[in-house]
Amino acid sequence: MRPAGRGELDSLYFDYPHFDPPSRPASEEPCPVAIVGAGPVGMVAALTLAQHGLRCVLLDNKATFNDGSRAICISRSSFHILDQLGVVARFLDKSLGWTLGRSFFRGRQILEFAMPDSANEKFRPMYNLHQQYIEAFLWEAVAQSPLIEARWQSEVVALEAAPGQVTLGVQDPNGRYDLQAQWVIAADGARSAVRRLCGLRLKGDNHEGRYVIADVQMAHDYPTIRRALFDPASRPGGTVLIHRQPDDIWRIDYQLHEGESVEEAMREESVRASVSGVLREIGHEGGWDLEWWSVYSANTLLLDDYRHGRVFFAGDSAHIVPIFGVRGLNNGIADAHNIGWKIAAVIKDQAGDALLDSYTPERRGATLDVFANATKSTRFMTPPSHGWRIMRDAALSLALTRESAGALANPRQMTPYSYADSPLTAADDEGFASGPVPGAMVQDVALADGYLSDRLGKDFTLIAFGAPALPDQPGLSVVSLPSTGAAAETYGAQEGSAYLIRPDLHIAARWRQASSEKIRKALESVMAQARKTA
Amino acid sequence: MTQQELETIYEALAKAIDAIEDGQRELYLAKLALALVETLDDLPRAMAVIEECRTGLVEPGAAGSKK
Ligand SMILES: Cc1cc2nc3c(=O)[nH]c(=O)nc-3n(C[C@H](O)[C@H](O)[C@H](O)COP(=O)(O)OP(=O)(O)OC[C@H]3O[C@@H](n4cnc5c(N)ncnc54)[C@H](O)[C@@H]3O)c2cc1C
Repeated sequence: MRPAGRGELDSLYFDYPHFDPPSRPASEEPCPVAIVGAGPVGMVAALTLAQHGLRCVLLDNKATFNDGSRAICISRSSFHILDQLGVVARFLDKSLGWTLGRSFFRGRQILEFAMPDSANEKFRPMYNLHQQYIEAFLWEAVAQSPLIEARWQSEVVALEAAPGQVTLGVQDPNGRYDLQAQWVIAADGARSAVRRLCGLRLKGDNHEGRYVIADVQMAHDYPTIRRALFDPASRPGGTVLIHRQPDDIWRIDYQLHEGESVEEAMREESVRASVSGVLREIGHEGGWDLEWWSVYSANTLLLDDYRHGRVFFAGDSAHIVPIFGVRGLNNGIADAHNIGWKIAAVIKDQAGDALLDSYTPERRGATLDVFANATKSTRFMTPPSHGWRIMRDAALSLALTRESAGALANPRQMTPYSYADSPLTAADDEGFASGPVPGAMVQDVALADGYLSDRLGKDFTLIAFGAPALPDQPGLSVVSLPSTGAAAETYGAQEGSAYLIRPDLHIAARWRQASSEKIRKALESVMAQARKTA
Repeated sequence: MTQQELETIYEALAKAIDAIEDGQRELYLAKLALALVETLDDLPRAMAVIEECRTGLVEPGAAGSKK
């Protein structure tokens, strides 16, 4: 919502573009992939397909980007994905990177936590950027791609599955038509129409506690450090989060009291009063403008299966997670990047259909992992019962004199998920004493000229230490690194070791002593070629 | 721990609980428990004590006992 007198798209710092409906041909060929929803997740899916040379039609029912700044924290792993898609430059330019968080209890600092970071990392653990810019920067790349046909003001209203094909009923200002696609990626958000049309429902829990998120514009002198205020004077018993965004925009996120009416809390005067209380408490004395606000509750909801025949769910259509873990959008980006290369490989006949069955265990697994962490954070931020509240308060109170107790307030924002249990992940080579395990995301290392991540290919990459025997495999990029030195150490490697990296930057397999036969077999197994359907 | 030491602790706790204002005692005891088990630095023993203290809170059949 925005202050009285300003429209939904009347932002203090962002000009929303307007997109016309498409002028489409009278008849058209079936498309390989239709993506429903041009939010951040749908656009990442489209860019991933394009990177693998695939055409898609991208449909969105709006005439512009999502309103409001919404998801503002982009994680390192997402930056690696954006980098691999060749679009990270604009993000780096505009966003604010950060590593530190501080927690306060009744005005006193009880904890400062640093997320893991080092000179070996190309990207910081987290970056803050308003979601409109996330969408705008992705859109720049989408609009330039000859392989992506975006259709705005185009709403999917029907879906019919047939063998080998899905027919979408699409409504735009010029009428209704059928669009045929081999595969569909449903990135149409929390209220997914595709989900409903497929007869599916999200399952899980709605947690206690409601939060208002408000963005204000102000000249405020504090570094990009996430602040969490527990039981602050401005909101006794509640929790407040403060994040810095670019353009002098600050995100104030505060918990409503039990029994406080959402309707009342969402009124402009209430938001202004609450925000000014918080600003007074953090010592901001200058003026401020209210930009946008919204309300949310902490839900852990997801689909039983992210695949429904030829339809794949990605992003909010598949899962709703509490935002304390800042994984909603980041997980959605990883979903899109994961399903994108798999669909491309199947369409190009490089992989068997069974490859697609790895999508749910990998990405649903990632959501369940977020739930486990976020449920802990949520219980801390919004204790669901007397017992949790009393222990939370005890921990905070103890943290005033004992640093160790403050660690209980750590929001655990950066645990990258590993596909260790995925059917695609090879059993580990027991010869390794260290280094990232199969299933984990690739570990960046600073090299003499840039970073290891800069040298990864668009498809599969083999990181070879020393000179192992390599298979002659089309599309396989090889990064050769010395068998001693920083990279070899990080990877626990010796002469002849190798790591096989998937197109989505996760490790498929590793060998202390690689051979072309082992590598060829691993690739075959990942691509489910043995189980390839005719 | 000697009998004498245990008695000293017993008295200190009684006085502390009395000194703390109404409405803060539960928080105090929870905080104390958390601090003590951390000092104890022994997960299995801590879990055992947490369970041990749940027993015997209400005398079986005692007047006024409610569940
Ligand atoms: C008000 C609000 C506040 C939020 N605040 C935060 C926050 O503070 N922090 C955080 O981490 N996350 C926040 N989120 C969540 C975050 O915005 C989402 O996780 C993220 O946008 C998910 O991206 P997505 O692409 O999956 O879905 P969306 O961004 O929702 O995109 C879905 C797209 O599909 C389109 N669409 C829907 N139905 C159809 C249809 N039938 N046909 C065609 N197109 C369709 C929609 O118009 C939309 O553009 C917030 C969300 C909302 C709504």
